Amino acid sequence: MSDPRDPAPKNPGTKKPGLAMWLPLGLFAAFFVLVIWGLVRPANREVESAFIGKPLPAFDLPPASDDRPGLNTTVFSGKPRLLNVFASWCVPCAVESPQLAALAQQGVEIDGVAIRDRKDDVARFLAQNGNPFARIGKDDLSKVQLAIGSSGVPETFVIDGKGVIRYQHIGDIRPEDVPLILRKLAEAGS
Amino acid sequence: MIAEIGLAVLWMAAALAALQLIAGIIALRPKGAQLGTLVRPVAVMQGVLVALAFAALVTLFLTTDLSVKLVADNSHSAKPFIFKLAGTWGNHEGSMLMWVTIMAVAGGIVALVEKRLREDTLIATLAGQAFVSLGFYAFLLLASNPFERLPEPAPEGAGLNPLLQDVGLAFHPPTLYVGYVGLSIAFSFAVGALVTRDVGPAFARAMRPWVLGAWIFLTLGITAGSYWAYYTLGWGGWWFWDPVENASLMPWLAATALLHSCSVLASRNALRAWTVMLGVVAFSMSMVGTFLVRSGILTSVHAFAVDPERGSFILALLAIYIGGALTLFGLRASTVTEGARFSFVSREAALVFNNVMLCGILGIVLLGTLYPLLTEAMGVKVSVGPPYFNPVSAIFAIPMMLVMAVGPLLRWRQDKAGRITWPVAIPALISAAVLLGIVLLAPRVSLLSALGLAIAPGLALASMMPLRGRKLRRTPLATWGMVVAHVGIAVALFGMASESAFSTEKLAAMNPGDSQQVGPWRVTLQGIAPVAGQNWTALDATVAASYDGGEPTMLHPQARTFANPPGNRTESALKTRWNGQLYTVLGEEGEDGRWQMRFWWKPFVPMIWYGGALIALGGLLALLGRVSSEVRRLVATGKIAYRRERQGR
Repeated sequence: MSDPRDPAPKNPGTKKPGLAMWLPLGLFAAFFVLVIWGLVRPANREVESAFIGKPLPAFDLPPASDDRPGLNTTVFSGKPRLLNVFASWCVPCAVESPQLAALAQQGVEIDGVAIRDRKDDVARFLAQNGNPFARIGKDDLSKVQLAIGSSGVPETFVIDGKGVIRYQHIGDIRPEDVPLILRKLAEAGS
Repeated sequence: MIAEIGLAVLWMAAALAALQLIAGIIALRPKGAQLGTLVRPVAVMQGVLVALAFAALVTLFLTTDLSVKLVADNSHSAKPFIFKLAGTWGNHEGSMLMWVTIMAVAGGIVALVEKRLREDTLIATLAGQAFVSLGFYAFLLLASNPFERLPEPAPEGAGLNPLLQDVGLAFHPPTLYVGYVGLSIAFSFAVGALVTRDVGPAFARAMRPWVLGAWIFLTLGITAGSYWAYYTLGWGGWWFWDPVENASLMPWLAATALLHSCSVLASRNALRAWTVMLGVVAFSMSMVGTFLVRSGILTSVHAFAVDPERGSFILALLAIYIGGALTLFGLRASTVTEGARFSFVSREAALVFNNVMLCGILGIVLLGTLYPLLTEAMGVKVSVGPPYFNPVSAIFAIPMMLVMAVGPLLRWRQDKAGRITWPVAIPALISAAVLLGIVLLAPRVSLLSALGLAIAPGLALASMMPLRGRKLRRTPLATWGMVVAHVGIAVALFGMASESAFSTEKLAAMNPGDSQQVGPWRVTLQGIAPVAGQNWTALDATVAASYDGGEPTMLHPQARTFANPPGNRTESALKTRWNGQLYTVLGEEGEDGRWQMRFWWKPFVPMIWYGGALIALGGLLALLGRVSSEVRRLVATGKIAYRRERQGR
């Protein structure tokens, strides 16, 4: 036993279950197939629910345009509001502007957060696409964006009267999405 | 400049790892033996270079060099020193660099000190280690360069997630990491031994200190992580069966099994294929755990570093390493002979039984963790929680603890059950008496808690039985280690059972001046005031708590708000007595101006973590015992060789 090159002691009568030795590999293969499926399955679950039901983190953003005030957390009290994360350099943000305008016309208060933007560009963007916002905060390092669980632009949040995130819409708001958002606002207000 | 040096050194280390692999492969061929002399020095050099690269990254974080992207994204000049340091590994790139660093340094140490293993097995082991490292080097250098510069320096860093700005957590991930990566050494040893068909006691002895070391760190990491979750998440629970927690528990279970089968192989030359298998499984579980945490494939309450692309990369590495090792196992395992035999009543048999039970728990934890994914594949969304994990793991854990009480008393190879009647009967009687007492006095305690409370004292006593009749000062450290670790299991079990059986909870909306009764405690909210820390502000509640009418103690639960990056965190306040812990949390202000307060009285709950610490201490004693006897042996053989040399002249 001290010399490891010795042949190991023989055990007469023990069968070598050859196939059983492949069992671990088989189990691993099954695991592999399962997680591959898990990785490629349609991903609509990502950020979706992570921040829903949580209060907005405290923030205080400087104004992003000359004719609207900046945005801080204190405004989110009273009635439910929309928080729209956008940027002047983002094409889908321009595409969704008629829907935002429609929502604003129905009396919905919308606040904006401009991501990595310049005042001049924001002004041009608003002049071209209309300005549905009551306030616009300037988020140069995406700090607030990340803190509320938004990973891209545009995204729209329904915030209730206590400052709690109630719904998150990822991507641009299509005309068919407007009723859903109105419903979520109504639910947040009840 | 430091960043560039770090990157250059990292590339050189990667090149050395490639050399180590190629030289190792050639050396194992019949004609390439002379290249084998290259492998050890290259492994040492690789370790030194990676350590330098890691030191460079630490320097960048400590000096908050904002021209480096990773620093700008994860640090902030106003952060306390300790969190600047922790920021080094509190992110994906840094943690991966830490991973290769530990791996290469450990490989270097193996190359320096391992003298007993057959040289070809050692070369195969180091080549295997290099092969595993290369995947991580590729990941680092091609997909997640930690030294990347920004086009122009950022004005200020983005900061670190507030949840992570906690001393406990600053050191919890690296502790687990050392454990995970330590298991990679065991994996390389297993692969090396399979390649050269050298699965025997020498291999087990070479592997054992690494498994022990990794296991100690895993134990500490899990214990610390559990305590962190307990006091920062503010939910009063200490284990949630969350995928991230399971990811750290699974390698621990496999490593525990490996540790025990390793000692059977080392001292009895039995369980050969089983030990090799566990060596592969233990590291697989580390990789699977890392994959589950990083890929975000499962929804977790604390997924910090989720990125599906990185997940795919880790999955690819997982497929290559684990798939490769298991294929090798399938090919070679039937040529690994069974080794020495043993009878049904013997210490080996008890260890085999416990290994099977540990693997059973491992299996059900893995199944439970993956189950939501499995059912989702079939179109149903479910989440698996304590109602599954607790009873199903108990099915395996309870028999395991019973055998654990008996096993260390049995002799190797063959024993008679009658020999150990008394040392087993006394603890068994104690457990039975406790169980009876609980059934009579506290019939509302659940079955599992009652069993836990009853088994714990018996197990603690039985675990000390191996010391009876021994001279305590001459008992080997390894035996002490086993005793301490097993007692630790009993202590932790008692804490867990007591927590679930006797906790009292109170949720209340309180005005300053209001009082509540929680178990034996009288708690009074005295006031709420704002306070400020280095990088946070908080609402601070003053709670006076008096135990059983005694002198009140002041507690200060807080709701903290962090500025960089913005975020909130509850800071619970705890009061520990010998017989339990009072847990207080400040919640939100209600509309009527009253404050939501939560209180728990948890009898004996700290024993969970004391137990964890004891288990780790047991491992440390065993490791010291093994290492010191190894050092003594090396010194002795060195002296003999020296004398021979002198006589030869």
